This record gives sequence, structure tokens and C-alpha cells, in this order.
Amino acid sequence: MMNGTLSRKLLGSMCGISSRRLSFAQSAVNAVQKQKELIKSRELEKDELRPLYMDFQATTPMDPRVLDAMLPYQVNYYGNPHSRTHAYGWESETAMEKARKQVADLIGADPRETVFTSGATESQQYCVARFYKAKKTHIITTQTEHKCVLDSCRILEAEGFEVTYLPVKNNGLIDLKQLQETIRPDTSLVSIMTVNNEIGVKQPIKEIGHLCRSKNVFFHTDAAQAVGKIPINVNDWKVDLMSISGHKISGPKGVGALYVRRRPRVRIEPLQNGGGQERGLRSGTVPTPLVVGLGAACEIAQQELEYDHKCVTVLANRLVQKIVSEIPDVVKNGDPDQRYPGKIRLSNCLFFLKWESLLMALKDVALSSGSACTSASLEPSYVLRAIGADEDLAHSSIRFGIGRFTTEEDVDYTVEKCIQQVKRLREMSPLWEMVQEGIDLKSIKWTQH
Amino acid sequence: MAASSREHVLSLYRLLLKESKKLPSYNYRTYALRRVQDAFRETVEDPKVVEELLNRARDSLALIQRQVCIGKMFAIQKTVVEQEEKKSD
Repeated sequence: MMNGTLSRKLLGSMCGISSRRLSFAQSAVNAVQKQKELIKSRELEKDELRPLYMDFQATTPMDPRVLDAMLPYQVNYYGNPHSRTHAYGWESETAMEKARKQVADLIGADPRETVFTSGATESQQYCVARFYKAKKTHIITTQTEHKCVLDSCRILEAEGFEVTYLPVKNNGLIDLKQLQETIRPDTSLVSIMTVNNEIGVKQPIKEIGHLCRSKNVFFHTDAAQAVGKIPINVNDWKVDLMSISGHKISGPKGVGALYVRRRPRVRIEPLQNGGGQERGLRSGTVPTPLVVGLGAACEIAQQELEYDHKCVTVLANRLVQKIVSEIPDVVKNGDPDQRYPGKIRLSNCLFFLKWESLLMALKDVALSSGSACTSASLEPSYVLRAIGADEDLAHSSIRFGIGRFTTEEDVDYTVEKCIQQVKRLREMSPLWEMVQEGIDLKSIKWTQH
Repeated sequence: MAASSREHVLSLYRLLLKESKKLPSYNYRTYALRRVQDAFRETVEDPKVVEELLNRARDSLALIQRQVCIGKMFAIQKTVVEQEEKKSD
């Protein structure tokens, strides 16, 4: 972040701008700095209106049907599903097995192949960090993976494994040829997420699965953002391991599932040892209310898949068209076709105006600029860096998430506020004036004192 | 049989809409109303499927009634868009 005197001197000497405008630059910089401090968490007042929720990638509201399915198991049917000697145990076990079938049906798997975990991050630990590697020590993943996978890979590197982080093309998709060339005889696992949580692109999982199967390499996909939103079939896609998250499909938080293929057998080492529950892979009492919620969420997602997809597509197109028509120089990140429509990332090319300013200005709408895991850091998203976005594009991009519960009014309100605030902030920005005069900002040589 | 079925379906539809309007949460209320309207607009010929859908509708009605009670017990502030709706009314 440049300080005020530096900006004044440089702008004055380089571009011949009057001093009045330069003091304006000073105030704009101060405003941005103040706004940076202002994004601190606070509780909403009792009479204050709640912001609109447009951050469906971070988490989703729980569907009332899911809550309805979970409540009996929170109130009355409280037995441990592993108790074999009384009715409380039997009814909990029946519910757990029913939920297992519901999850398996959504992804086209066998119920014996699903293991309940505490979320997609734990499932990923099984697939990456605790995968049975034996003699093969090479793992392939992408640069746009979720942080838990990248972190696990980093730890594995320290243990002596070799990890290749495949780059992605400008549209966010991986190059199949490059993947084919990267697979070596000692590759044991390929891990590529189905739908990216930041830019919404959908990878060609079927082709990748067939490629991995032909080369005898295990394939793991993080389907947390894809389950229930696009049709998934683990047998068609030749997927060996899949992570599922409950709270991304309007289910409860704190539960997820892991799909582990039985034929051909995939061996993973357990993270938690104990009573041998979940086929010995994940010992510990299975939380009946949470898995019942997950099962209900999966069943609802399967029934509503087409309807939700249609609604979300319409709303997403509406949002993008309205914004792009009113604000010039807005870029949508990621491939336009191979994507899930509900996850939109727009780089607003605000030039020297960071996303925090826009998010602060849009305080009536709950938006984010990156994944929730990385929101504490002020650095721009690594996913945008990986798809080759410029530094200024990466710093000024916002992520819109649309889901089952978004309405037309939500989208219209968000768009209206967004357009209003972007226009206002751009008018305040001296660099925007320079751009309008035709000065190429990349040609300015910023020097340091 | 056909006439009473139609009456029955219409009364179920009206009841579902009436109950859905009572949901306190903005997200749930708008979703329930939209979903109920779109579900009843679909044309279905097979009587078995119709029967199954009607059963599902009856279960949904009971579900919505329960969720209305729960929502009222844990009511929170309204969203910004609701205030705008009230102003425009």
C-alpha cells in the first residue's frame, strides 16, 4: 500500500496532474486504509436488518426438511447406533443405514462404500495424507485445489513424498495432455476437485478418471461443491475416492462422507482407531442426528437437482448480465461453459481499489472475496494467481454465490447496490480518471524512496 | 372421483401456500412459496405418481406447520430485502 506523500510526488511528476487532484488521491488512500481497519467482526444490533446472504460457497442454510428429519434423533431417538442389545440402538442403526443408502444413491455408489466422517476436510485427510502408498511415492494435484489438500500435500513433501502441482489454463481447467505426461510409473494418486469453490469451473472428471484407470493410478476428487448440484456417478467417472461435505448441500455442519471404492479395492489407513466402527476406517460413535441430516440432504438434493439447477442458472445469468451491462471492464473468471452457474467470480478492475472497499460498501449483502479458509489473509486468492489473473484483477475481485434459496429480489438488490457502490468508488479513485483519459497504468513506473 | 380429486388437490395447494406464508425466515418462506407453486404447476398424467405426489404434499404440509412453530420460537431480525418489500406495499 503506497503512502500519501509518495503517491502525490509520483503522480505529480509522472502525469502532470494538478495538486488539487493529488490531495484527492491522498484522501482516497486514507479512505481505503481506514476501510481496511473497519472490516472487523461485530454483532448485529437487535433492530438492525440482516444482510442478504450471497455466499453459498462458504456454507448453505440448512433446508427445513433436513432439520425436520434430524429433530426426532436429537430429542427422542437418542440411542447409540452401535448398541446391539436394545431398541434405542436398533432404531438408531436403522436410521444410520438408511442415511448411508441415501448418500450412496446420490453418487451412484454402493452403501458399503460410504464412510461417515466429520466433514470433507477429514475425508481429504484419508485420501491424501493417509493414503496407502507402499513403493509409489508420487502424487499429482492442481494449483487450484482446496487448502486442506494443498496443506496435506505439503506435509507429505516433508515426509519424503514427491508432489506435482499441475498448473491450470487461463479458464481454470487442467490440460489433460499435461496430466497424461505427468503421470509416471511411480504415481500413486491423482487428486483434482470436481467444481472449484472460488471460480466455479467444472473439471473434466470423466476423462481424468478414465485416464487414471488406464494408467492404474488411484483418483481422488473433492466433490464437496459438486455433490447435489451436478449429476455424479462414481462408476461412470471411474472415481476411486470422493469427499462429500454436509453443509454445502443444505445439510448440517460437522458431518461429511467419504466414498472408498471396493472393486478394485482401495486401501486407506485409518485416522482414528478404536472400536472398529465404519469398517475399521473411522472408529468412533457415528453421530446419528448429523448423518440422518446428511442423508436427508442428499435425498432432497437428488430430487431437486434439475429444478435447483434451472433456477440457479437463470439467476446467475441475470446477475452477470445486469452487472456487465452497467459497469464496463468487468471480467468473469473461469471457463464460461465448463462451470457450475451458481458460483460467479467477477473481477471488477477497480484499479487500486481493493475488494475490501467494495465489500465494506456493500454492507447489506453478505459476500466474500475468496474461500472462507483463506479469508483471514489479505493476500489475493491463490486460485486467481493460478489462472493467471493480473495482480490488480486478483486484488479487486468478488465472489457471488447463488443457491437453492436465492430469490430474484436478492439478485436485483445485490446488483443494484453493487453497481451503485462501484460507480461511486470509481468516481473517487484517481486512477480510474487516469484510465478514462487513456493512460495505461502498466506504463507508469512506480519508484520507492 | 375426478372432480373430488381436483377439489382435494386445490385445497391442499391453498393450505400449503397459507402455511408457507407463515414461515418467519425470509429464505425458507420465499423458497417454500416458489417450490409449492412450481410443483403444482407441473402436469402429471399417471394416477400412481399423482397419488405419491399428493402424499408427499400432505407430509410437506405437516412439515411446514412444524417448521413455522420452530421458526417463531427462534425468530431473529428481518433481512434488508423484506424491509424494502414492506415499503413498496
